[in-house]
Parts: sequence; structure tokens; C-alpha cells
Amino acid sequence: MSSFDRLHRIRIILGAILIASCSASLLAATPNKTTHVDFGVGRPATPAEIKAWDIDVRPDFKGLPKGSGSVSLGQDVWEGKCASCHGTFAESNEVFTPLVGGTTADDIKTGHTRALATGSAPQRTTIMKVATLSTLWDYINRAMPWTAPKSLTTDEVYGVLAFLLNLAEIVPADFVLSDQNIAEVQKRMPNRNGMTTAHGLWDVKGKPDVNGSNCMHNCRATVAVSSQLPEVARNAHGNIAEQNRSFGAIRGADTSRPAGAVALVAATKTEAPKPVTGSELFGKNSCLSCHAKASKLVGPSWEQIATRYKDSTGAEDKLVAKVKSGGAGVWGNIPMPAHAHVSENDIRQMVKLILSGAR
Amino acid sequence: MFGIITPSGLHFERHHQGWWDIDPSNHRLMINGLVKAAKVYTMDDLMRLPQVSRIHFIECGANTGMEWAKVAVPTVQYTHGMLSCSEFTGVLLSTLLDDCGIDLKKARVILAEGADGSSMTRTISLDRALDDVIVAWGQNGEMLRPENGYPLRLVVPGVQGVSWVKYLRRIEVGDMPYATKDESVHYIDLMPDGQHRQYSSIQEVKSVITSPSGGQVMLENGFYNVSGLAWSGRGRIKRVDVSFDGGNNWRSADLTSIVLPKALTRFNIGWQWDGKPAMLQSRAIDETGQIQPDSRALRAVRGTKSIYHNNSIQTWQVRESGEVFNVQL
Ligand code: HEC
Ligand code: HEC
Repeated sequence: MSSFDRLHRIRIILGAILIASCSASLLAATPNKTTHVDFGVGRPATPAEIKAWDIDVRPDFKGLPKGSGSVSLGQDVWEGKCASCHGTFAESNEVFTPLVGGTTADDIKTGHTRALATGSAPQRTTIMKVATLSTLWDYINRAMPWTAPKSLTTDEVYGVLAFLLNLAEIVPADFVLSDQNIAEVQKRMPNRNGMTTAHGLWDVKGKPDVNGSNCMHNCRATVAVSSQLPEVARNAHGNIAEQNRSFGAIRGADTSRPAGAVALVAATKTEAPKPVTGSELFGKNSCLSCHAKASKLVGPSWEQIATRYKDSTGAEDKLVAKVKSGGAGVWGNIPMPAHAHVSENDIRQMVKLILSGAR
Repeated sequence: MFGIITPSGLHFERHHQGWWDIDPSNHRLMINGLVKAAKVYTMDDLMRLPQVSRIHFIECGANTGMEWAKVAVPTVQYTHGMLSCSEFTGVLLSTLLDDCGIDLKKARVILAEGADGSSMTRTISLDRALDDVIVAWGQNGEMLRPENGYPLRLVVPGVQGVSWVKYLRRIEVGDMPYATKDESVHYIDLMPDGQHRQYSSIQEVKSVITSPSGGQVMLENGFYNVSGLAWSGRGRIKRVDVSFDGGNNWRSADLTSIVLPKALTRFNIGWQWDGKPAMLQSRAIDETGQIQPDSRALRAVRGTKSIYHNNSIQTWQVRESGEVFNVQL
């Protein structure tokens, strides 16, 4: 370490100590647990306000409103308001993993979804995992249907949940689920005993279960690769050269060419700095959380879009407007959010790229 | 990315119900449940209270989740990209809970609720809520951006991103966990015996070399500054070791950024690359003494199906061509 380095480090350490001590004193100065300071800000919440927002239902069913709904009422709700996304029998995996499937009559007896231990189910469905019925009641009530949350009546929530429970063969087809019998149904949840809180990842001082080694020398006799990407997947995430800076001693590999072809001579080739590329724009504007090149995620894939509008005139303007203001209905019921904050120029550049099938 | 702060424009996002554009002058935060007086605060109210600015990392619980069983993606952006670090400004949640007269005898948890369409909810333990959780409106010197929860979000240092409820509108103080959807169906860690760990929250000690890393090419042999990030949801980073031979021998790197609790820490170490194949690894140790495990140690306890909380040591293989690959040993 040079003396400059050392000085620099000392300064950093000093800085850290200063910051540490000032945050400690800030903590002490705030009325943390000890003294009650009345700031005189805020106002009492009115009972009506609390009633409107405090709709949560706990595992012990505290917060559950009175009501009831039959499997057949639930079936009507399901077909009208849920099936388009989740499938007629809650089996669809278009949006996310299926809601039901993978549990057995034996699981209902033991309270452990056996397929989770054996790994025998192709997917982990919602009903395979969830231990608490309150979770489903609460979530459907506050969040579904996705496009119109909180539009179901209390009885419809009971009904649609009864319908799902019937599909999972937890309740019979003539069942009426209500606040009176929901605790009994809880005792039949297939994975009700499947959760553990015996781990150190919750409390601030929870004890870790896995620790590494701090060995410094001769720590492992053999070093062999056990897993790597197959060569065919080389370009599956786009050309990585374009995802890296085009200067500096470390650059992105040109994955459009096979491995090994990237010779050191590339070093002498200096390219002009590139303007922001399309792939950067997609990343920057988080389009990629819902779209991908070849596979449908929440929204259609770029390729599907390119194919659909291949021969249509005015598609570019139409799509620019759509991305800007968002909306649903062309590819299904799931809406795309508005992108009012993304510049028109950027949107147009992205739409051009999508339509050209370039990404 | 250099240093430890993620520019707000590059922040990672995962939305549970789209973006929500909220008029701050209409936004309200309610605190109810086991408190002496349920209260409602406007932004005007909140911004008058004693405030703090603190630097913390936020990491998605599923970061590196695709790599539990085998290598699945090529670059550090895909293996470790759901991570960022910002300075957040706001009022400590403990200040607000105190202002409402929290019933410390009965209270065990809080429930945080967002104002997005699904009014997403999440349970947080009381010891954490009273420790360092911030009700934040500022990020990196500006107001939160809409995609990051404008005008108000919860900052839960050291804990996975899903708990950092955006568009925060309500805190309920309760005496048992709420088992909400994202802590009962998702963000639960499947163990080899078929049990799920519920309420797993802490992002444990972890590090990764960002340069050079998978998908990159080292242009020629000679000296390189090998650089990376280390972080721990349990406190400060104490030490980072780097290996160039797949974990057989290690050297300690310099911590060249400011070292703050539950924040990204930058490490650097010089390396003369002789042009021969190499295996780069980094391993972080935090102030509680926890050491980042290799994937074998982690799998021995947690199997390969967990999805969440993979903090294993990352290996980058450098080939003679200079190209760097994501591999597992
Ligand atoms: C427009 C599409 C759409 C419609 C219609 C819809 N859902 Fe959903 N549903 C979703 C999406 C998307 C998610 C995942 C949300 C998330 O991950 O935060 C979801 C999640 C769920 C879940 C939680 C499953 C899990 O494993 O996370 C349940 C239960 C559910 N929906 C039930 C319903 C019911 C009941 C209805 C009808 C009243 C309905 N949904 C209508 C799109 C839809
Ligand atoms: C939250 C998820 C989400 C995000 C983020 C998102 N999209 Fe979409 N996108 C969708 C959905 C869902 C659809 C299908 C809408 C429909 O059926 O009309 C869609 C449709 C589209 C279409 C086709 C529209 C049509 O009418 O055929 C384009 C083009 C598009 N998106 C581009 C983008 C771009 C560019 C971005 C980033 C600026 C983006 N999307 C971000 C979900 C999203």
C-alpha cells in the first residue's frame, strides 16, 4: 500500500467513524422508545377512514367481515371475472403459476403438500404452498380482479374462494363458505403445516444457519467447473458487447460470434462511442420487467408484436401513443401502465426497434 | 456502475400493481392498530418531523435466485442486478410510532400497506420497525421518483425489497404476523424437506466482483483493478477476500468506499493477469462475523429449490482468450 493509499484509507475510516457516531447520536436524539414527544402534527384518524382502509384479515380471521358465498355463486364470479386470466379451472399458467393443482386427499389429512418434498409436481401452484386460508381471502378481497381491485362484494369473495377450494377438492360442490365455518375449512388446507419460522432471517438478531469458511491458503485441493451455460445459449441475452461500455480495458464479449473467436487483437480496435442503444432504452425504462424478445411475460413478446403489425400501416404512431398512455384489450385483459414520463423520442426509437424485429 | 450509489435512473424495479402516480398534496399516511391514538399525517406533517438521511442497499429477495441449482444466466446484471444502493431521506418509523403512542406491551409486528391498486401489504417485526426503518420521501437528493414509490415509501434496511412498501399509506400495529400474499405464497423459501421458511427477510452477507465479470473480455494481459461490491443485511462489511484460483488461496481486498451498515461497500484489489486461465471469486465477512458461504455449503443446508436468499460466492472463469464466463464449481 502506498503512503497515499494509507492516508486515504485513514481518512475514509475517520469519515466512517464520524458518520457512525453522528447517526448514533441522531438515534438517541429521536424519541425512540424512551421519551414521548408530542410534535403536535397529524390529526386523529376518523372511524370512517379507518374502516375504509383497515380491511386486512389475519390468520386467526380477525378482520374478516360477516358473509357467505356458495361454490356455485363463486363459479359465476369466476367465469365472469377471473377465468380470462387464470383459466376456466384455475389451471392457466399464462400470467403466473396456476392457482390450484398438485395437492391430494392425503395432503388434506396431513397438512403437508407432499409434492413439495418429492418435487414430483411440474409447478408449485398457489394451493400447494399457501398455509393460511386468510391469505387468499385477504388477497382476493384487496387485489382481484387485477384490473378492478376491490370491486367484488364480500359474499362474492366468499363464493369465489369456495369455488377455488372446491376445485382443489377441499370442500364439496354444494359448500357454502362463511365467516362461521371458515376456521373449520382452515383445518383442511393441504399445506397448513408446511411453514416454518424456525430460521434466523426474521428478527434483527436472528441467528444465521449457514456460514462460510475464512480459510486463506490451500483451502480446496481440486477446482473443477460443475456448471456453465451451454454454447448454444451464448447469445440468448442479446449481444453482450452492446450492454457494456465501448472503452476501457474490460469490454463486453461479442456474443454474436462463437467463444474463442474473441481474440486479444480486439484491443487495438477502438470504436467510436455509440449513442444510447435500443436495448439500453428498454432496460432504462423497465419495459423488460413485462416484455422479452421471444417469450410472453406480462405483455406480448417483441417478436409477437413485430409479427402482428408487420403489414399494418400507421402501426408506429399507434404504438407510440399506446405505450405513452398505456391500456389493455389488444393482447388480453392485462393493461400496460402509462409511460407519461418517457420521452416521445425514446418511445419512438423503441417502437421502431420492436417493429423492425431487431430485439 | 462505479462507487456505491446507484443513479436513480438506473434503479431496479419490480411492481406488484403497476406504477401509481399520486398527488402528494392528497397523500395521507395513517397509523392505526395498537396505538393510543390512530392518526393521519399529510406530507406537510411528515416533512416537519425530525428527519434522517441514510445510505442503504435494497436487494430483491430473488436476486441470484435463478442460480440455486446451476448456472442460468451470463452476466452480473442477470445474476446480481436486482440490487441498488441509495441515500434515503425521511422520518424514522420509530418517531411516528412514538408520536401515536404505540402500545409496546402488546405490539409484536407492524403491517405496512401501499396505495397501489392491490394495496399491497407486508408484515415487519417490531424490533426492526423500532430499529432503523425509515418512512422516506427523498432518494439521492431528490423526491422519490414515481417508479420508486413517490411520494412515500418504507425503507427497511437489510431486508429484501418486497418489504419496502411503495406508495405507503398505512401502518397497522398488531400482535401477530399477517401472512399476506407476498409472505405466504411468494417470498417463502422451499427447503429440501418440503417445508417453507416463512417471513424470511434478511439479505445476508454477500459480494460479487463486477469487473471483470461474466460476458466481459479482458483485452490483454497485465495489470487490472479488480472491483466489486459487498453488502450485508446484518450490518457493516468488515472484510472482503478475493481468490484468483477458484477459492484455493485468498487475498484481502481494500475497502475503498465509505463503509456503512446495510449499505453497498466497494472493494478493489490489484491483479497481474498472466494470460492463463483463472477463476475469480470474492467472499465478504460482516461485522457480526458471518462469512459468505460457497454454493456447496449453502445447498447442504437449504437445497436448490429455495428461489430466495441465495448469497453464495460467485465464480467468474477467465479463459486464455480473455473472455469471462459465469461458472459454478
Ligand atoms: C387481468 C388479469 C387477472 C384477472 C381478471 C384476475 N387475476 Fe388474479 N392475478 C393476476 C395476476 C397478474 C396475479 C399476480 C399478481 C402479483 O404477482 O402480484 C394474480 C394473482 C392472483 C392470486 C394469487 C396467486 C399467487 O400465487 O400469487 C389469486 C388467489 C387470484 N389472482 C385470484 C383471482 C380471482 C379470484 C379473480 C377473479 C375475481 C382474479 N384473480 C382475476 C391477474 C388476474
Ligand atoms: C407492467 C407491465 C408492462 C410494462 C412495464 C410495459 N408493458 Fe408494454 N405491454 C404490456 C401489456 C400487458 C401489453 C398488452 C396490452 C394490450 O393487450 O393492449 C403491452 C403491449 C405493448 C405493446 C403492443 C401494444 C399494442 O397495442 O399492440 C408495445 C409496443 C409495448 N407494450 C411496448 C412497451 C414498451 C416500449 C415499454 C417500456 C417503455 C413497455 N411496453 C412496458 C405490459 C407492460
